[in-house]
Amino acid sequence: MSDTSKNTEKMNDIQEAPLVQGNHTFATITEKISSITETPPPKGWWLAFLFSLSLLGLLQVSILYLIWEGVGIWGLNNPIGWGWAIVNFVFWVGIGHAGTLISAVLFLFRQKWRTAINRFAEAMTIFAVICALIFPGIHIGRVWVAYYMFPIPNSMLMWPNFRSPLLWDVFAVGTYFTVSLLFWYVGLIPDFATLRDRAKTKVRKVVYGILALGWRSSNRHWQNYEQAYLMLAGLSTPLVLSVHSIVSTDFAISLLPGWHTTIFPPYFVAGAIFSGFAMVITLAIPVRYIYGLETIITMGHLDKMAKIMLVTGSMVGYAYAMEFFIAWYSNNTYESFAFVNRAFGPYAWAYWIMISCNVIVPQLFWSKKLRNSIPVLFIASIFANIGMWFERFVIVISSLSRDYLPSNWDYYSPTIWDVTLFLGSFGLFFTLFLLFLRFLPMIAISEVKGVMPEADPHHGEEH
Amino acid sequence: MTPKNLYGVLAEFQTPKEILDAANAVRKEGYVDFDCHTPFPVHGLDDAMGLKRSIVGFIVGIGCVVGATAGLTLQWWSSTIAYPIIISGKPLFSWQAFMIITFVLMVLGGAFSALIGMFHLNRIPTFHHPLFNSDHFRKATDDKFFVSIEFKDPKFDLEDTRKFLEIIGGKNIEVIEE
Repeated sequence: MSDTSKNTEKMNDIQEAPLVQGNHTFATITEKISSITETPPPKGWWLAFLFSLSLLGLLQVSILYLIWEGVGIWGLNNPIGWGWAIVNFVFWVGIGHAGTLISAVLFLFRQKWRTAINRFAEAMTIFAVICALIFPGIHIGRVWVAYYMFPIPNSMLMWPNFRSPLLWDVFAVGTYFTVSLLFWYVGLIPDFATLRDRAKTKVRKVVYGILALGWRSSNRHWQNYEQAYLMLAGLSTPLVLSVHSIVSTDFAISLLPGWHTTIFPPYFVAGAIFSGFAMVITLAIPVRYIYGLETIITMGHLDKMAKIMLVTGSMVGYAYAMEFFIAWYSNNTYESFAFVNRAFGPYAWAYWIMISCNVIVPQLFWSKKLRNSIPVLFIASIFANIGMWFERFVIVISSLSRDYLPSNWDYYSPTIWDVTLFLGSFGLFFTLFLLFLRFLPMIAISEVKGVMPEADPHHGEEH
Repeated sequence: MTPKNLYGVLAEFQTPKEILDAANAVRKEGYVDFDCHTPFPVHGLDDAMGLKRSIVGFIVGIGCVVGATAGLTLQWWSSTIAYPIIISGKPLFSWQAFMIITFVLMVLGGAFSALIGMFHLNRIPTFHHPLFNSDHFRKATDDKFFVSIEFKDPKFDLEDTRKFLEIIGGKNIEVIEE
């Protein structure tokens, strides 16, 4: 008898906290999430929006000046032909990895906790990829011939070189953006229908009505819908792992010491997931506080994301160590020099920022107490974002600045325009994100209902 | 009311369990042209309604093959026929280097066919539907569950069907006109 009660106690310990906390019913979930888009935004939203909008203006001015003057306004020199623009590109693409990972990979693994965060993680992905795409777009110098990158029949009878990793990148990131957008939209259709059915004004009725495509919650529709969603998840899973692998081939396929390594694809993917989850935590903490969503995006969700950061941060740390080992083990002078130079050369400061933020800071998350502390999570996630930006800086700049011939070496410093473009890209990102919070359901309403215990037809039955 | 502008009968249910039992009852009664409307997909409802597996998967398979073929053909044609240039001594048709874009376009083809296939099978976008005439039906995207039985069903009889839905526990039973 006492054994059984002990076992039950143990079972209760093992059992996880419910995904949706508080006394929510289906109706309160609808109300809670839809009303955010229906009522005027809080003051904090306006402040954040005006701030982001001004940064967006900065981005526009910088881009116009860049197009007017040319890439000479950047700190590029010879040999450093890829400066902050490529660093920023890889940084933003990396951030864009968490959304599709959460929506696709966690969906296939039936991780039901994803439902509370997948919608805005996907939105984050799409906006981050938009920010990323700006940089190679303006980096080409003559932006008016950007169409050279696409296989479009033209009067010069020229075709792009499909053997080039830079072209693979165009296709990989373009496809990633398109598929993420489709996935996001498909997920939004039932929620648009919810907003349409709640709409009080004519404008909302028409706009959400069009976006909902006439969705009438029919089970015959749900059946096709669920399979389409599963297929999109299945297709996105290899895609999300391939995108950053392909981005890494931009470096790995070149012959530069420090770039030409086979570890790059998995190492980039781990880093991308790390930075993506860090950004989701950075965004989720203020959002759940401001909109009072603590019962839907629970501490359990943040705890799980912190664990993923710990795993991927440690994988990245392993990759850093392995790069050093291989550089030594290869017995290749140039390769060994490249890595010693990274850690102790002119960019050592950047290297050690990267190590501290990406490898040391996530180790805090071994402790359950720290994983459940909002300030620690928030600060650590910002450190991870900083660290991942520096990782790309170290890779791009340190390798380019010290290649084979010492007569070819130079030091790179950014100009004010490099800085304004980077800050401006945050303006674009946050403007889009704040508009999303204002007008779209930021949590997948129908999916959250589907994981509530009441959603199971056998709920409340004795087993 | 003339049968001409009659669409069917709609009944409201309160919980996933009720809708599951109702779907079973409607199917066993012999109705074919009926549907359930739920705010989220209810587990087991497909079987209760007697639906066959969705064919979206096959459409996606075709889309993937088309995408991959188009990708490889584009690369083969443009680098061997349209614009043959030798780059770093590699063969014109360097298939290893072409696999990446082939893969990416396979995913793209599959994703678009999932979307278009689902749209086509569900016949959306269809902005107007007779069910939208019902005020209760708005709750189908919130917290209520509905069964609709269509007039075109051979077993449909306005009075009998109404009564039947009442017996199996339907509330707010409504006759829906086109």
